[in-house]
Amino acid sequence: MSVETGIHSGRSAALLRVLIPVVMALIVGGLILTVLGKNPLDYYGYVLQRSLMRWGGAQETLTRMAPLLLIAAGLIVAFRAGIWNLGGDGQFLLAAVASAALAPALLSTHVPRAATLIVCMLVGSLVGALWSLLPAWLKARHGVNEIITTLMMSFLGTSLANVLIKLVLNDPDTTVPQTRSLPVDDRLPRLFGTTIHCGLVLAILAVILVHLMMTRTAFGLKLQVLGANRAAAVHAGLKVERLTLLAFALSAGLIGLGGAVEVLGVWGTVRADWNPALGLLVVPLVFLARFNGYAVIGFTLFFSALLVGGESAARRVGVPQHYVLVLVALLLLFLALVEYLDQTRRKPGTA
Amino acid sequence: MQALLTQPFLVSLLFGAVTAGLPLLLAGLGEQISEKAGVMNIGLEGMMLIGAYTGFLATYTTGSFWLGFLAGGVGGMCAALIVLFLCIRKGLNQIVIGIAITVGAEGLTSLLHYVEFSRSYPRLSAAPVFALPLLSRIPVLGKGLFSHNPLVYLCAILVAALTWLFRSTYLGISLEAAGNKPAALDAAGVDVIATRSFAVLCTGFLAGVGGAYLANVGAGLFVPFITGGAGVIGIVLAMLARGRPLWVLIGAALFGASLAMTTALQVAGINVPTDVVQMLPFAVVMLVLVIFARNSMLPAALGLPYVRGER
Repeated sequence: MSVETGIHSGRSAALLRVLIPVVMALIVGGLILTVLGKNPLDYYGYVLQRSLMRWGGAQETLTRMAPLLLIAAGLIVAFRAGIWNLGGDGQFLLAAVASAALAPALLSTHVPRAATLIVCMLVGSLVGALWSLLPAWLKARHGVNEIITTLMMSFLGTSLANVLIKLVLNDPDTTVPQTRSLPVDDRLPRLFGTTIHCGLVLAILAVILVHLMMTRTAFGLKLQVLGANRAAAVHAGLKVERLTLLAFALSAGLIGLGGAVEVLGVWGTVRADWNPALGLLVVPLVFLARFNGYAVIGFTLFFSALLVGGESAARRVGVPQHYVLVLVALLLLFLALVEYLDQTRRKPGTA
Repeated sequence: MQALLTQPFLVSLLFGAVTAGLPLLLAGLGEQISEKAGVMNIGLEGMMLIGAYTGFLATYTTGSFWLGFLAGGVGGMCAALIVLFLCIRKGLNQIVIGIAITVGAEGLTSLLHYVEFSRSYPRLSAAPVFALPLLSRIPVLGKGLFSHNPLVYLCAILVAALTWLFRSTYLGISLEAAGNKPAALDAAGVDVIATRSFAVLCTGFLAGVGGAYLANVGAGLFVPFITGGAGVIGIVLAMLARGRPLWVLIGAALFGASLAMTTALQVAGINVPTDVVQMLPFAVVMLVLVIFARNSMLPAALGLPYVRGER
């Protein structure tokens, strides 16, 4: 390791690497709004006010982080092990549907609330993990590219979730097909009188544990070797097939847990055609955090605030809700660019 | 079952399969060119979406469907320029940039649609149809396959042309080398960066035309998120086809048919949930993969940036 100097040293550099792209994205996004005749300062002001400045909005921002963090934890495991699990949406939705259907059923047979919630979260993780079994087996056994298989299983999973809701698990008392609703009092316990459910704590713990597992344990090291060089892993005598299956199961299981937590904590039911499609949105966050769990928490907070604040700010300023996606894309582009510039400055001559 | 074999059912199924399959075919062929050259284009969906918007805008303002396809292609190429500069020239992560393109295109087209069309929601008139002489008189097949927008026949020629290009031209070999052994191509005196740039621009163009067809001919209008995963299916098709254009065509036909199936079943008076039918092609492909599981044989340097002299 060479000694770093100037603005690249330590934390201030890390902070700059995040701050510069954020400011750039906000400026360019603001220019787009100005061209359309809207006041960008109004928009940003509303975003900030709604997502962080008001207690209600801040609670929503924090609550929205829980599924994002669990998906991120799942992706960190997979990506560090060199596995492209891009099927998060299917794993997330099926787990959500399974736990949403199971919870009211268990409660009606007088299973205690705590046991119900724990069982439902476990079942959610299991369903997520099971949905990755086929791509995992194909990859481990036959080397079939997992990008195609996980994407296909994701399409299959979202359709299957809809079929289950419409034909099998629907609540006969509602007109819109949805699973039986879990009463608000039976959902995941709230933290200290706020509206934030304890899934957030679980999610933060999961990200930190995953980070420690990948960086500090022998198992994590094996997965990293697998990710860095598959041939080398075989050569070193690692059980590559088993490791691949385990990495897939852990990754999809955590994403499934995300689906279960979102449903048990916030919605209490899954409606037909509901698909938050968070799977792909979280991928870049994980990349930009360089697979680092602590950095992911920071990125997720920012991202969550943007999602929560962007929705109401768009209504107030008179732009469509999806304008926030433009900001997200700009942010990704600038983050990647700054990362690149930073790297080329560190080792001059190689780029 | 009797009701399923009536003429109107078969005609609407075939016609719908071609209409729904064509954007998938164009996107899949485009992605195939990039993948051959070693560039993974996760932003395919975004390129289609941009193409759908610019294509719709051009046809709506000029009334010409050909100009619409052209504008769609140019729109897709503009999105591809981002991949060209950031991923091919600067070597940034192709998956991060690809997702940024898709997400950005979703936001940008929603925004532009909101500003331009959210009060009027204009529709285009029906796209011109060119019935092939003689062939279009065959019962069922004639109306289903040979009475389409001329772009459809051009795409059939494109499949043959690409097969020939990949197999027996200098350009085709260069593309393949850029994906498998870029250093060797470089040593042979061909510019790897230029080869890959060309491939990505082709991808953007084809995906954009596909998006324009989807909006102008398939739907007759533009709404946000209109591509609805067509780009992702295009990526899947390109990967499954292992570099052979004909297999992209077969895959696009299979997926197109399943998309058309629900409408066709409604014509026949049978009500099946859309979701069940839409699961079919994915289930079939997964089953085939499980039974005939083999390595998907992707180019060795897929997704890796090329930096001269770096090992």
